[in-house]
Amino acid sequence: MQKISRESLVEKAIAMLQAHEVSAVLGWKKGEFDYDITPALFTDAEDLQKNFVWNDFCGANFSKYLVEKTRNIEGKILTFLKPCDTYSFNQLLTEHRFDREKVYAIGIPCEGMVDIKKIKDACGEGIASIACEEDVLKVTTLYEDAPIAIETETVLAERCLACKSKKHVAYDELLGETGEVLESNRFDEVERLEAMTADERFAFWQNELSRCIRCNACRDVCPACTCEKCVFDNPNSGVENKAAANSFEEKLFHIIRAFHVAGRCTDCGECSRVCPQQIPLHLLNRKFIHDIDRFYGDYQAGAEVGSRAPLVDYTLDDLEASEIFEGRDN
Amino acid sequence: MQRIGVFVCWCGSNIAGTVDVQAVSDALKNEPGVVFSTNYQYMCSQAGQDLIVDAVREHNLTGLVICSCSPRMHEATFRKTAQKAGLNPYMVEIANIREQCSWVHKEMEIGTEKAIILGKAAIAKVHLNAPLTPGESPVTKRALVIGGGIAGIQTALDIADAGFKVDIVEKLPTIGGKMAQLDKTFPTLDCAACILTPKMVDVAQNENVRIFSYSEVTEVKGFVGNFDVTIKKNARYVKEDICTGCGACVDKCPMKKNPNEFNLGMDNRPAIYIPFAQAVPKVATIDPNACNMLKNGKCGLCARVCTAGAIDYTQKDEYIEEKYGAIVVATGYNPISMDKFDEFAYNQSKDVITSLEFERLTNAAGPTAGKLLRPSDGKHPEKIVFVQCVGSRCDACAEKGKEYCSKICCMYTAKHAMLTRDKYPDTEVYVFYIDVRTPGKNFDEFYRRAVEEYGVHYIKGMVGKVTPEGDKLIVQASDLLADKQLKIDADLVVLAAAIEPDKSARPLATMLTASMDTNDFFTEAHPKLRPVESPTAGVFLSGCCQGPKDIPETVSQASAAAAKVIGLLVKDKLTGNPCIASSNELMCNGCSSCERVCPYGAITYVDKEFRMPDRTTRMRRVAQVNPAVCQGCGACTVACPSGAMDLRGFSSSQIMAEVDAICK
Repeated sequence: MQKISRESLVEKAIAMLQAHEVSAVLGWKKGEFDYDITPALFTDAEDLQKNFVWNDFCGANFSKYLVEKTRNIEGKILTFLKPCDTYSFNQLLTEHRFDREKVYAIGIPCEGMVDIKKIKDACGEGIASIACEEDVLKVTTLYEDAPIAIETETVLAERCLACKSKKHVAYDELLGETGEVLESNRFDEVERLEAMTADERFAFWQNELSRCIRCNACRDVCPACTCEKCVFDNPNSGVENKAAANSFEEKLFHIIRAFHVAGRCTDCGECSRVCPQQIPLHLLNRKFIHDIDRFYGDYQAGAEVGSRAPLVDYTLDDLEASEIFEGRDN
Repeated sequence: MQRIGVFVCWCGSNIAGTVDVQAVSDALKNEPGVVFSTNYQYMCSQAGQDLIVDAVREHNLTGLVICSCSPRMHEATFRKTAQKAGLNPYMVEIANIREQCSWVHKEMEIGTEKAIILGKAAIAKVHLNAPLTPGESPVTKRALVIGGGIAGIQTALDIADAGFKVDIVEKLPTIGGKMAQLDKTFPTLDCAACILTPKMVDVAQNENVRIFSYSEVTEVKGFVGNFDVTIKKNARYVKEDICTGCGACVDKCPMKKNPNEFNLGMDNRPAIYIPFAQAVPKVATIDPNACNMLKNGKCGLCARVCTAGAIDYTQKDEYIEEKYGAIVVATGYNPISMDKFDEFAYNQSKDVITSLEFERLTNAAGPTAGKLLRPSDGKHPEKIVFVQCVGSRCDACAEKGKEYCSKICCMYTAKHAMLTRDKYPDTEVYVFYIDVRTPGKNFDEFYRRAVEEYGVHYIKGMVGKVTPEGDKLIVQASDLLADKQLKIDADLVVLAAAIEPDKSARPLATMLTASMDTNDFFTEAHPKLRPVESPTAGVFLSGCCQGPKDIPETVSQASAAAAKVIGLLVKDKLTGNPCIASSNELMCNGCSSCERVCPYGAITYVDKEFRMPDRTTRMRRVAQVNPAVCQGCGACTVACPSGAMDLRGFSSSQIMAEVDAICK
């Protein structure tokens, strides 16, 4: 259960709309099911009162929506940012992708979001409704008479279990409290992959990436993927026709994408959240982050606006290419 | 569709020895777009170039592929040939089948196969070539010389004499460099100070020359003709324009016990000092690590005795920004550290010294006023052993020393030995050597005089160990010619330490984007034909920063570098390189990645109105490249996440086409 209440968010949003301080509110609303909470743009109080949702399923990161919405909407947009969303928000500002003046950012605390896959594993298919209560989810399915209670903690998303920070690095106003940057274990899985032999690692990724159906959801949701024209959609890039001769050839899409976002990825984990095939795509990006940290010292994309990512910066103490090559197995 | 001509060069037997040139020109004839393909013995010769011109006219060629040596060698040649034939010079591509093919392969079959592949890649690229026209950029008529030793001084004087402004940046408080520390110079034995100090005065008085002493270069931006350089003038806590160099402060300073760098720590200097009597500028400098006033605010004696009022304890480092058209590197050398050479007991005995220390011991302005006395007890040494090649010509022990020959040691050791015997005929002098190398005008005669007239014992063999025993140094060595082991009880051992480039050279090379070899010597644009130019346009090399050199050679190279600089500065405009970056504004995200990686500051961002497909207009932030400033390094094209940035002549699609051709 989230510590800050839905009501306080709605109240704040309505107050700002009615005072004409903002002309729209980026928030969450229910999709077809209780668990597919989707981003939505609200422009009137009634809609907010009725449809605004804030619960353990509000994983969606709004930062990327600001790129398009700030262009198309007159006046300011109110957006709610969880701690991890604020990193993407800053990174997009660093890249001049939207006008900061057109956004009113409210930082809200987050206790971690749940993973519907884990819930389904626990109580099976046929979920009719889910109620988020204190520390438990009450899941009603088509096949059971009584709701099944699942402890929220047991179904937290992987990215939340490895949460890097509860601290808001950008906001105009905070509702609730901000936290600290955490000691996270998020590189454990990367290190496990690094410890594999090259063949084992290849087999691992072949198994994962062969499932890719190239729906482009990872790219479309990624806050680092905001190019005016994606190279994969551009016949002149010489890249778009490099992907997909067989099922594993999609790896090129993912590897190229990982290179494109290297140094800019804040590790928000949206790519893995939206993947319909449950491919752990965030591990590719995390490997880059881990390497950058090792070669150039700790760097967190989006921690501050205007920071120079090591890959597009140059200092006299930078490693030589040969040192990186030699250190590749360490 | 291009009409491509392929011209395969034999380079005599350089290429034809390992590549079947006929097979290459036959195979490439069948590539799409190729309408003519031939081979010839020397494509770069007049006859070869005529062959190209004739083929262009006869077959209406639109693009040329020359399979020959590295483009660094002859790309310019063949571009001129294309121009002569009426083609745009940038419609030429070179397939390097010499350095990258015939020279690295031994078998004809493999060499031929690779040559064909490289040729196919070049053909694939030329299909996408477009005519390019270079722009022009102005030239700032001022040169920067980094390093104020004899190399830097000579270069600066020559440039100044041609009427151009020159600045010298020297990191020490005085110019003069190593030569100022030397006693006599081989092979004529004239005194170093007598020939150097007048030049130091000349350069200081020349109205075209400015000297920034106790200063260093901290940032270099820009490109040939238009460098923007930041120079840091370290605080010397003395106002340079007011100090008269009278030395009253130096006499009165109570902090007297600081190792004197100029005498290599063999005596002491006060916290405020003037390195030597003929220093230029002759201005005092306060060592902030030794001065009590600067460390804890107690003293201030020098300020009280200074009648000119030149002392300023609050002085701060000062940064100066200046524009230059050309930069000359003259950062010089240092003897290597003897720490790793325990066998010679350098760190155990004061009487084991390096040759540069020996220079100071025999110099009239040195710590012993020119009397050759042992550092340990001040007695006159009766037996001296000189050891050559200490750290030079090491092959197996590259970690310890250097693989190269330091070049100057044979001659200065002969000089030391000869001068010792001349001044102190009662002294026995031994020189241990691997070889004695004396190629130079009057050099061998000089060495022979040391042996024949002065009776110096030259022994072929290396010293294995030096052991201090009482007030003697026991030198164990082998005499290879007599095939016996020697044990000499010496009073003084002099080590001819290898020389290495100054430590400031590597960070400087990085700033200048000038290349270095594995020993940190700057590399030349061409070892034979362009020996004083760095491969980086506008950067020139003078003196030991490029390789070990003696004084005559340094001075010749210094003047040669000056001639090259003058040749550049007399031009009003430079023809640029048309292979520069440009951004596709429709694809640009405005993210600034390119702006950040651009080493030349060639990229700026503008807000520009765009008409969108739905007939609305939108302000977008997009990158623009200043074609006069861009040097075509391509860093931006790699950094650009959206592929909006591309390099003319090396576009991503051209490179992809080459890769595809190779992988096909």
